Amino acid sequence: MKKNAVLVRDLKFAWPASTISTLKIANLNIPENSRTLIQGPSGSGKTTLLSLLAGILLPISGQTVVLSEDLTRLNSKRRDAFRVDHISFLFQQFNLIPYLNLIENVLLPCRFSRVRYQNAGSDEAGLKDEACRLLNLLGLEPEKFSHLTTQKLSVGQQQRVAAARALVGNPKLILADEPTSALDPENRLAFLELIFKQCSKNQSTLIMVSHDTSLSAQFDQVIDLDVLNQANGF
Amino acid sequence: MLLKLAWLSILNRRGTAFLTIFSIAISVALLLGIEQLRESMRNSFLQTVSGIDLVVGARGDAIPILLYSVFRLGEATNNLRWQSYLEWTGDERVEWAIPISLGDSHKGYRVLGTTTDYWKHYKYGHNRKIELEAGKFFDGLYDAVIGSVVAEKLEYQLNQQIVIAHGAGSAALFKHDDQPFQVVGILKPTGTPVDQTIHVSLEAIEAIHIGWEDGFPSTETDNPEKIKLSDLQPKSITAFLVRLTSKMHTFRLQGEINAYEKEPLSAILPGVAMQKLWQIMGIFEKSLMAVSAIVILSSLTSLISLLLATMNERRREMAILRSVGAGPLTVFYLLWIEATVLCFVGVCLGFVFQYIGLIAVSPIVQDQLGLQILLEWPGTKEFVFVLLIMTCGMLMSFFPAWRAYMISLHDGLLPKA
Ligand SMILES: Nc1ncnc2c1ncn2[C@@H]1O[C@H](COP(=O)(O)OP(=O)(O)O)[C@@H](O)[C@H]1O
Ligand SMILES: [Mg+2]
Repeated sequence: MKKNAVLVRDLKFAWPASTISTLKIANLNIPENSRTLIQGPSGSGKTTLLSLLAGILLPISGQTVVLSEDLTRLNSKRRDAFRVDHISFLFQQFNLIPYLNLIENVLLPCRFSRVRYQNAGSDEAGLKDEACRLLNLLGLEPEKFSHLTTQKLSVGQQQRVAAARALVGNPKLILADEPTSALDPENRLAFLELIFKQCSKNQSTLIMVSHDTSLSAQFDQVIDLDVLNQANGF
Repeated sequence: MLLKLAWLSILNRRGTAFLTIFSIAISVALLLGIEQLRESMRNSFLQTVSGIDLVVGARGDAIPILLYSVFRLGEATNNLRWQSYLEWTGDERVEWAIPISLGDSHKGYRVLGTTTDYWKHYKYGHNRKIELEAGKFFDGLYDAVIGSVVAEKLEYQLNQQIVIAHGAGSAALFKHDDQPFQVVGILKPTGTPVDQTIHVSLEAIEAIHIGWEDGFPSTETDNPEKIKLSDLQPKSITAFLVRLTSKMHTFRLQGEINAYEKEPLSAILPGVAMQKLWQIMGIFEKSLMAVSAIVILSSLTSLISLLLATMNERRREMAILRSVGAGPLTVFYLLWIEATVLCFVGVCLGFVFQYIGLIAVSPIVQDQLGLQILLEWPGTKEFVFVLLIMTCGMLMSFFPAWRAYMISLHDGLLPKA
């Protein structure tokens, strides 16, 4: 039987300011090396759920076990360390630090995590090679863009750099929050394909949020948050 | 790594960063400059006259004696006898003594009678001698040597004829107009009361007062031609400035002069009296310091407000850093280091500005005011200043750093764009 990358039990979450709970999930399993798509209308709590899975937010009650580690039982420092070692993020847009070049943007996780650093190359030259390799894989020639500030890149190019960063140093879990919604429809699939390829090569689990229903076919599992979530929300 | 990030982040905002650094630099330069100026003024004040161990006048308090003998302000209540001067000058512990005689004036400027010893020995500042801008020191009876301010304000040149009035102040009633003086020398600026003094010989003071023994001109006018130098032995002087062969004798001789039986005299230590006088004027010093402290504080405040103002546009950046593994504490340090770097660069630049400024300004100040600006390498005091400013800046930077910390804690990865 496959191990679970994510296991959620009796989770309840509410934003501090609000009186009603945003999320109430009795049970959620996401197996390792799978691709999961989370769907739901805007405001339904998809981003909130990703934050909970990353241990950035903590549930009021219940458990979030990620890669066999119960995040609710780690202190905030250990959670931060655990997150950077094993979990990657990919946002809708504005993923890059404007004053770092492409390579440095890609290598950021390696600067904060020894594990990612060692996975990626374990010395500066190795890191650089790995960053270039990933950028190449995602269809960006680093030589061509390295002198540009990241702000001069198109949104699609920026997303590729961000994807390279999400992949660098073999994180076990990749959380992507509508990574394709800023891309043209024709680029979306190609972009996803590249990420999928890397994920299966690295044996990483991908959890992606999108309200684009056309993507469902590409995933092992599709979760409708409105169905999963028992909080009566609004 | 954090330092590099902070540095790149500053470079990314180099426009505003430059302005901030510039404003800090200017204020630091101002503070240091004002401090240097204050120090220079203090030095120049305390060294209005230098190389003098004792000032002797008729019995009185130290400050009034200092005021009239050195600063030429106010009046001596009594003169002392010429004989006393001669007696004390003869003491083997006395290297030299400059007699001075005050009491007359010309258009509000003090006339000081003295001997050629004045030119030989009188020093001010760091052992600086009085120098001539033009002409010569007096040697004839009716020769006058005027200070730079007198020359400038009254627009006097060499060979100008001047008439001395009896008493000080412009309300001086009687004029010694039967015996006009001629300007034979003009002095270079010294930044001391010497600039505002008209120097003549003691004999000249004696000469113009012949027949004035009761304080008024006698009715039968003397014929100036009749006055012979031999008659002009001074009978009294206002004070004399004493240099001892060794400082060791100072207190001993002071005691002896104060106990002089033939005439009530007071010997004062000019250094001590000047310190006292400067302390009385301490409010001036303090207000200068207060102004520069406020300037520093305001520029540090602008640094903080700059950081706070950019905080919103940086929310995204902080969220990204958080998402790649930076803890909230890392975000705190990043902001803090950034502020510190700005502060540090500003302070360093401030030093440079200060020196450039002082170097540029000091010849002018020297020329116009006679104030000698001390150009020294930064010492402990500057070091303490910088430490204080840096500490202040770093403490104040805690505020935006703390905001960043709280924001990155609250926002997590979901910045409100
Ligand atoms: N930082 C926050 N503080 C308070 N409420 C929030 C915050 N972020 C999101 N919410 C609320 O939580 C709910 C779910 O938001 P979100 O997870 O962003 O939805 P989605 O990503 O599906 O659009 C919304 O009602 C939103 O108003
Ligand atoms: Mg969302």
